[in-house]
Amino acid sequence: MRELEYRQASAAHGGLLFMHGVPGVAYGDQVIITDHRNHKRNGQVVQTSQELITVQVIEGTDDLDLERTWVRFLQKPFEVSLSTDVLGRIFDGLGNPRDQRPPIVSSLKRNVNGSAVNPAARAYPKEFIQTGVSAIDGLNSLVRGQKLPIFSGSGLPHNRLLAQIVRQAKLLGEESNFAIIFAAMGISYSDALFFQKNFESNGVLGNVVMFINQADDPTLERLILPRTALTVAEYLAFDEDRHVLVILTDMTNYAEALREISTAKGDVPARKGYPGYLYSDLAGIYERAGRIKNRHGSITMMPVVTMPSDDITHPIPDLTGYITEGQIVLSRELQSLGIYPPINISPSLSRLMKDGVGKNDTRDDHMRVANQLYAAYAKALEVRNLASIIGAEDLSEADNHFLSFARDFEENYINQDEEQERSIFETLNIAWDLLSMLPAAELSRVSETDLARYHHWEG
Amino acid sequence: MDGKLVQINGPLVRAELDKARIGEQVHLGKLNLTGEVIGREGKIALIQVYEDTESLILGEKVTALGYPLSVELGPGLIGQIFDGVQRPLQELAQLSGDYIPRGISVPALKHDIKWHFKPNADLTAGMLLNGGQSLGSVPETKLITHQILIPPDRQGELLWLAESGSYTLDEPIARIKDNQDLEKSLYLSHYWPVRTPRPYDHREDAIAPLITGQRIFDTFFPLLKGGKATIPGPFGAGKTMIQQQIARWSDADIVIYVGCGERGNELVDVLETFPKIIDPRSKRSLMERTILVANTSNMPVVAREASIYVGVTLAEYYRDQGMDVVMVADSTSRWAEALREVAGRLGQMPVEEGYPAYLASRLAAFYERSGRVNTLCGKQGSVTLIGAVSPPGGDFSEPVTGHTKEIVQTFWALSKELADARHYPSVSWTESFSEYVAITADWWAQNIHPDWYKLRSEALSLLSQAHELIRIVNLVGPEALSAEQRWILSGADLIKEGVLQQSALDEVDSYSSPEKQFLLLQIMLIIYHKGEALLTLGMPVQELNQLPLLIKAKRCKSTYSSEQIEDLKQFIVQIEHDFQHYYNEYQQ
Repeated sequence: MRELEYRQASAAHGGLLFMHGVPGVAYGDQVIITDHRNHKRNGQVVQTSQELITVQVIEGTDDLDLERTWVRFLQKPFEVSLSTDVLGRIFDGLGNPRDQRPPIVSSLKRNVNGSAVNPAARAYPKEFIQTGVSAIDGLNSLVRGQKLPIFSGSGLPHNRLLAQIVRQAKLLGEESNFAIIFAAMGISYSDALFFQKNFESNGVLGNVVMFINQADDPTLERLILPRTALTVAEYLAFDEDRHVLVILTDMTNYAEALREISTAKGDVPARKGYPGYLYSDLAGIYERAGRIKNRHGSITMMPVVTMPSDDITHPIPDLTGYITEGQIVLSRELQSLGIYPPINISPSLSRLMKDGVGKNDTRDDHMRVANQLYAAYAKALEVRNLASIIGAEDLSEADNHFLSFARDFEENYINQDEEQERSIFETLNIAWDLLSMLPAAELSRVSETDLARYHHWEG
Repeated sequence: MDGKLVQINGPLVRAELDKARIGEQVHLGKLNLTGEVIGREGKIALIQVYEDTESLILGEKVTALGYPLSVELGPGLIGQIFDGVQRPLQELAQLSGDYIPRGISVPALKHDIKWHFKPNADLTAGMLLNGGQSLGSVPETKLITHQILIPPDRQGELLWLAESGSYTLDEPIARIKDNQDLEKSLYLSHYWPVRTPRPYDHREDAIAPLITGQRIFDTFFPLLKGGKATIPGPFGAGKTMIQQQIARWSDADIVIYVGCGERGNELVDVLETFPKIIDPRSKRSLMERTILVANTSNMPVVAREASIYVGVTLAEYYRDQGMDVVMVADSTSRWAEALREVAGRLGQMPVEEGYPAYLASRLAAFYERSGRVNTLCGKQGSVTLIGAVSPPGGDFSEPVTGHTKEIVQTFWALSKELADARHYPSVSWTESFSEYVAITADWWAQNIHPDWYKLRSEALSLLSQAHELIRIVNLVGPEALSAEQRWILSGADLIKEGVLQQSALDEVDSYSSPEKQFLLLQIMLIIYHKGEALLTLGMPVQELNQLPLLIKAKRCKSTYSSEQIEDLKQFIVQIEHDFQHYYNEYQQ
C-alpha cells in the first residue's frame, strides 16, 4: 500500500495536529507521527478539508517540534490483529503488548470501530447467569449477552464486586467458562494490579485478555481502547464461539477523554461541556454486546461508571442508563452501614431479567418474588423514614413488621461475604424467609400458590 | 450531476455540487454511501450522510440523484423490519451477514413475488381519476386488505385497468393519460418523499378513543384515534414496556413501531415475541399488522433523524387506505439529538442545551402529521402519534419534553419513584393529563356505562386526597389521622393496586377490556363507599382494613380475564352481600 509521509504540520495544540495541503487522505485513517527524537506517536484523522487536515494525536502534542516532525498517513483505519494467542496477554489501547512479550502476528486484522450489528441478525439474550450475588441474581438477574453497568462512586467497592462476579459467574447446569476481556481506562496502578492478582490467584489468567491504560498513560488512548478490546471480544465470541464477559472500567474516564478532545476540536457542547454526540458515541461501544443468531458465542458486558459527586443524573450515568439494559447502583449509605456489596436496590434494574428467569430457567416464583421484595422494601423505606420523624415507638404493629423486614433484608439478603457464592435457590429461600416476616395480606405481588408453598408467617 | 468532496467532518460533508437541490439524495465516493443535501453555500452543498464516513477521501466523486429521500409504498410492507432509510434489514442480513455493510442499496419491497390484485369494480376506462383513488385491492396479510392507490400527485383519464390476477410490483396494473396527454403506467407500489406530508381531502375531529387495554390510559388519561401523546420518563421507568404494550394491544388496524436510537435487543424482543402473540380481536398474529423501523443507537446518527419521517409516511399511506394507524416513536429525544448533532457540526447557534432554534417547530410539524382525516378515496382513516421522550436526568423542564408538552393533548408522565417501588405502569396520576376526557366520556357512556365519568372523577379525587394525607402522615405520623382519613388512604390503595397497577408480564392482567376496566373501578369504589358507611356505624378502621375482601379485590385484575365479565359482576354481588352482613352486625 502506498504510504504518504509529510513534514508540513502547521499547528499543534490540545492533542490536535493541523496539516496543510495533504491530498488523498481519508477520514478516520491511522497516522504515525515521528517526532524530533525519533519517537513514534499514533494519530487519527478526525477532520479533512481541502485546506486543512486535523489529526488527533493519541500520545498528545506536547513537546512537538513542528519543523522536525514527520507525519505518515497509513491509508487505513485503526486495526487490531486477531488470534486466539491474545488470551493471557496484556495490551495497551492500540493492541500493542504491555507484557514484554512479542506482538500478536496474524493475517486476520479488523477495524477497531467494527460495524453495527443488524438488529434482524441479533438473538435475544435469555440465559440466566448465576453470579452468586443475591442482590444481582435474585433481583436484577444478569443474562448472557446483556450489558449491565455498575454505577458506583469513588471509594465504593465496585472493583471487589466485579472481581467476585468474574470468579463466580456461571450458567446453571452448564460447565462453561467465560473468556474475560478486561478493558481499563485511566485506572490507578493499584486497581490494575488488584485485578491482575485476582485473575492469577483464581487461575483464570489464561482466559483473560487485559487492555490497560493507566491514569498516567495518554488520555486519548482511552478513546481507542474499548474499541480495540471489543473487536477482540467480537472475534472471540463470534469467530471462536467463546462466551465473553467484557469489563470496562471506568467509562467516566473515557467520557472525560472524549470531552477533552471535543473541546479542542471546538464542537458545540451539550450538557456539562460534553459533546452532543456523547450518546451515539457511548452507544457505539455498549451496543457491541449481545448475541447473534446461529453463532454460539456471546458478549456480556459490565461497564463501570463512577458517578461524579454520586449524581445519577450526571450525563455519563444518565446516557449510559438509556443505552444499557439496566444498571446496578452502589450506595454510600449501605457502605457506611458495613453492607457488602452495597447495592442500592431501588434504582437498580435488569431489563432482560423477565425472559431469563422463571419456571424453565430458575424457579417459577422468581420474578414475582423479586417484584414482591422490591415493593415491600419500598414500603419499608417509607416506614423507616416515618420512624425517623415520629420515633419507632409510635409505629403500628404492621409498620414495625416492615421496619424489621428492611433491616433483615439489608443484613441477610443484600449483605454477603466476598467469598460467599449463593446459588439462586439459596437466594430465593432467603427471600421467602424475609417475606415470611410480613403477613400474607401485605403480599399482593406473589400468587396464592406461592404463598401456600413458601410463606411461613408466624405472626 | 457530479461534483467532488471538499470537506469531511463526521456525518457532515461538503461537496462542490452547484445545482443540487436541498433535500436531494446523493451518492458519495467509491464506497457509494448515501446522503442528503441539507443546505447550500454558493457552489458548495452541505450533505448529511446516512452511513459512517470513515475512509472517505477528499476529491472523491459525489453524484446527485435528482430525487429526495422517498419510501416505497405498496404491498409487502407489513411484517417487515426496515432501517432508518427503509432498507429491509432481514434481507440485508441474508445478503451481507450479521453486520450492516456500507454502500449497499436493497429495494424496500420484494419485486419478485406476485400479489393477487382485484380491480376496483367501480372503475371503467375513460373515467377521470384523481390522485389517492383506489384502483383495486391486494390481500396483504390475512388481516390487511391493501388498497392500491393512485399516487397522490398523479391524475388523469383511465386508459386501462388490469384484470383480476397475480402481478409483481414491476408489472403495470393500470395506464392513465395525464392532463399533458402523456401516458403513464401505474404499478402496485409507488414512491413518496418522506418529508412531505401525504395529502388528504379534509380533516375531521377525532371522536373515538384508542383502546389500549391499559387501565391507566383508557380509564384515566385517554387518547383518541388520530390524537397525539407523549411518554416522557427517565431511564428505568418502563417506557419501552409501555410502548410495547400499546403496540401489542391497541385496537388499531396497523401499528408502526419506530425504534429511533434505542437498544438493538428491544427490537429483537419485538421481532421474536410479536409473531407469537395472538391479537385478541382478530385472533391473528400481531406481526400481521405491524411494521418495524429500526435505527438502533449504534447505527449512523443521520439515518436516525430520517427514521421518524419514514415511519410517519408509512403511517399516512395506510391511513390513506382508510385505516386507523398507531405510530409509536421511541424515542423522539434521540431524534432531537440527531438534529442537534448535525446543527452543531454546521456551526449553527445553539439555544437551549445545544439544541438548534428550530427544534420546537420541527417537533410541532412532525406531530401535526397525526389526525383523523377524510382520505382522497373518500374513506376515513387516522394516524395516532405516540412519542417517547427520554429527558436527561428525568428532568421534565428540558427542551424536548417542554416543547412536546405544548404540542400534545395527552401527556403520560412516568415517575421514577413509582418505578422504584415496582408500581407499573409507572404513570404518575398527578403529573399526567389528557385533554380528550370529555370526548371519550361520550364513548364510554354509550358503549360501556353511563357512570364512567363520575367514577373516574371519584377515583382521581380519592387519589389526590390520599396524596395530601400522605404528606401529613410523613410529617406527624398516621396516628394524627381520623378513621375516615385512614380509610381514604386504604381506598386510594385499592385504586392503585387494584386498578392502576397492571402487569405486562401476567397473561390475564396484560390486557383489560373496557368492560373489565370499568368493573374493576366500580368494585374498588363500592368497597370504599360501603366501608365509609360502616365507619359511621362504628366499625374500627383497623378491622375494616383486615377484611379479606380487600386483598381479593386487589387480585381481581389477574384472577378474572376480560372474558370473565360475569364472574366480576358476581364478585360485586358478593361484596354487597358481605357488607350487608357486617352492616347488620353493627346496626344491632
